[in-house]
Amino acid sequence: MELTRRTFLQVSGATVAGLAISSVGFGLNGTRAYAAELRTSKAKVTTTICPYCAVGCSILVHSAGGKIINTEGDPDAPINRGSLCSKGASLYHLAINDDRLTKPLYRAPNAKEWKEVTWDWALDEIAKRVKESRDRTFAVKNALGQVVNRTEGIASVGSAAMDNEECYIYQKFLRGLGLAYIEHQARI
Amino acid sequence: MTNHWVDLRNSDVILIMGSNAAENHPISFKWVSKAMDRGATLINVDPRFTKTSSKADIYARLRSGSDIPFLGGMIKYILDNKLYNEFYVANYTNGAFLVNKDFKFTDGLFSGYDPEKRKYDKSTWSYQVDENGVPIRDKSLSDPNSVIQLLKKHYARYDIDTVCKITGTDKQDLLNVYKAYTTTGAKGKSGTIMYAMGWTQHTVGTQNIRTMAMIQLLLGNIGIAGGGVNALRGESNVQGSTDHCLLFHIIPGYLKTPNATLPTLAEYNKAYTPTTKDPLSANWWGNYAKYSVSLLKAFYGDNATKENDFGYGWLPRLDAGANYSWLTIFDEMSKGKFEGFFSWGQNPACSGANSNKTRNALGKLKWLVNVNIFDNETGSFWKGPGMKPEEIGTEVFMLPCCVSVEKEGSITNSGRWGQWRYKAQEPMGESRPDGEMIDDLFKRLKAMYKSEGGAFPDPILNLSWDFYDEKGHLSTHKIAQEINGRYMSGPDKGKLVANFTKLADDGSTCSGNWLYSGSYTEDGNMMARRNNEDKSGIGLHSGWSWCWPVNRRIIYNRASVDLDGMPLDKEHPVVKWNGAKWEGDVPDGGWKPMSQEGTRLPFIMKPEGVARIFGPGLAEGPFPEHYEPLECPVEKNLLNSQRINPTIKLFSEKGEGAGKDVYMTCDPKYPFICSTYRVTEHWQTGLMTRWNKQLIELQPQNIVELSKELAKLKGINNGDKVIIKSARGQIETVAMVTSRFKPFKINGQTVHQVGTTWHYGWCTPEDGGDSANLLTPTVGDANTMIPESKAFMVNIERKG
Repeated sequence: MELTRRTFLQVSGATVAGLAISSVGFGLNGTRAYAAELRTSKAKVTTTICPYCAVGCSILVHSAGGKIINTEGDPDAPINRGSLCSKGASLYHLAINDDRLTKPLYRAPNAKEWKEVTWDWALDEIAKRVKESRDRTFAVKNALGQVVNRTEGIASVGSAAMDNEECYIYQKFLRGLGLAYIEHQARI
Repeated sequence: MTNHWVDLRNSDVILIMGSNAAENHPISFKWVSKAMDRGATLINVDPRFTKTSSKADIYARLRSGSDIPFLGGMIKYILDNKLYNEFYVANYTNGAFLVNKDFKFTDGLFSGYDPEKRKYDKSTWSYQVDENGVPIRDKSLSDPNSVIQLLKKHYARYDIDTVCKITGTDKQDLLNVYKAYTTTGAKGKSGTIMYAMGWTQHTVGTQNIRTMAMIQLLLGNIGIAGGGVNALRGESNVQGSTDHCLLFHIIPGYLKTPNATLPTLAEYNKAYTPTTKDPLSANWWGNYAKYSVSLLKAFYGDNATKENDFGYGWLPRLDAGANYSWLTIFDEMSKGKFEGFFSWGQNPACSGANSNKTRNALGKLKWLVNVNIFDNETGSFWKGPGMKPEEIGTEVFMLPCCVSVEKEGSITNSGRWGQWRYKAQEPMGESRPDGEMIDDLFKRLKAMYKSEGGAFPDPILNLSWDFYDEKGHLSTHKIAQEINGRYMSGPDKGKLVANFTKLADDGSTCSGNWLYSGSYTEDGNMMARRNNEDKSGIGLHSGWSWCWPVNRRIIYNRASVDLDGMPLDKEHPVVKWNGAKWEGDVPDGGWKPMSQEGTRLPFIMKPEGVARIFGPGLAEGPFPEHYEPLECPVEKNLLNSQRINPTIKLFSEKGEGAGKDVYMTCDPKYPFICSTYRVTEHWQTGLMTRWNKQLIELQPQNIVELSKELAKLKGINNGDKVIIKSARGQIETVAMVTSRFKPFKINGQTVHQVGTTWHYGWCTPEDGGDSANLLTPTVGDANTMIPESKAFMVNIERKG
């Protein structure tokens, strides 16, 4: 379900005034509706949960023309009630950020530079490497002669930064390939 | 967390130890402050006077690595002054159980120790049982072999003077903490603990937490509002990624990874299904086979049949007893064991202990796939400090993933609430959701194995993978539904199960994670719920998102009532028996109160049905004992003859990679204790904050914090460039001289401690400094293998 500003307000029971107070930081009646209109009058509102620590603060994300224009604390959320720390408050700068990686990169053996590649090429080549390494290092039995059916030559770490659904299919994928060395942030 | 964030407001005494919550989980303080407004006492124990300390009613300091003496002394204080909750201990814990007469503790070692293997035979760590096999109890708690009497004997050595000699805590401060916290043993009072990496990142990390859990049980603080044992987890979805078991030793829902000694599903299920002869025990893990078979059905779908053991043989198996965890991976990598490596949404070149070892290990790989939002020290390791790209043969693929607001899905917070996130914009540039990359890779590999064959293709070809919507796009909802589980046969075939009580061991149901069963049902996506009402009066907010298990917001909640089901704390009832059914939170099993027929004990996940003050499961022993950090400033452990944890793995000094794992204790070259820590404005290795202009402006570079006394001793001024060195590496950083650190008096000797943030790396920003993990040792907790980043030895010198 995608929440438009309108349906979001219905779902959440928030009032425009409530939003406006958190938008402009003060509650003078005349000013607040005007300020809220200025910034988000045509914006779509979706909700998200902060990607930093595990308190799970809810954040309103305003977007217009398909692009995020503002993020701020969600006043309806029981955990944070509109508050955010400096990291959560900077979510906009994480999303709208010129330093983000926007193309797959490849570094050949012994090369000194990255080179831009296409997704298809990168994924094809990775799949080839995985298959070669798996086929070469797959162990049907261990040193004691017990059946183990595992891929010895590939390891993986990650990731607590992924969504639950991604974590689930990632471990399914790795275990499908027979990996035993599967770890992530929780271990460190 | 056994409880959740909002519940902190219900607490009468809050202990923050092993965490700097005000700095690192700032919004938690909304609820800490609410509790304080009601008159709650905030206690903070930390080596350094932190932002949390500044808010505390009582602050006490301790030397890093001495938490068990500090807390062990509290156990002695509780027992000596009879401050424990006798009702709770006798009825809801194993405090009354009689222990095997052959169980012994002598000078730091429990019965059964094998010094060669650095491991225990735990057979004497057991209970005395009656003729029916039920543990014998002495509810008067007076039998010399009862858990409580053994506990008394064990902690008799942890007297105030001895504790203070080890911890360096002021005696009066220590007593103030003990006195304030133990008031929560009174009926109707609650105390909670908020801890984080300050407890886990030690060679005795698990036992640090266990010591506190035992205190909570003695005081009757588990299962109640404002109580519990609350780990403040550090990553937005580290709870979920742990629940889904991106870890070597477990598979989704905390089931065990199969090992080579268990060739069939029957043997596997038998090995991990606990049994009990106590008719009062619910023994919930008795349902193990329902969850394991449903997981196999989720993995292999219709290809998993009774005849083929539901595909059990397709799962990889570990060698029994072997460790495949983080530190082992990089140790093996440095010896050339791996050809390929995925670093997916992580930055191990800065986040793991002993970064020099990690970074060099990456150069031994044939190929590396690095998935991230930004460039990082892992993907670009080959051009990092001291690296010669022309000599490094590792191929690197750097794949750009999108950020959280560019995709849809759920994450689970520390309080176990699974909350849904929506997509606000298309992924920037060619960046993509992680899930789509995983899907694309799997599809390619499946096609290759189908057409070309290869090593044991069966698990790949039989893996069930149908997560697409009507347009053929990967659907997060479809994945969430598989995680929840559905009926695979029968009249309800295809329908989603309501919760895990519907799962079966005959192949008629699937569930990708039994704990999440109930999160996405025929009634819809429970994680997307946004009803913020609170009918409970104690902030459960049961209609907001969804919480595992079965939307139970406070776990072990049947321990919050008396034998008739009436709340022990009438002002903050979690559950209450109204004569016909339970009201309030979802109870831990719907059985009637303990005074009635057909009841079950409240700690349903333990075969004993009660919580364990005597805990026979951990590597070091049933009662936590003090051992010094691997690198420490004292030659002798004042409590026993074992200086370090007798069960930790010591990485080899021989062979390739030798010299990387050097440890120095009481070496004049490294005289100061060091701890790594964090600031609000940065997060983990800084990957998601160092590239964020707003945050990097607030905290542009690494610092090392030291006391005025140490600064004077070393001729260092505030703002000086300094070099910190450990036996493994060094970093250049800026000195911040404060009165927040003070020298400790440890057994008559002056001991200094310093601390440094670990959010930086050479990639960006310029002059920000490199990772503090260049200093930390490759050594882990004996149970979890979490590295000891909170206590190691360094030197500090002014640069130039």
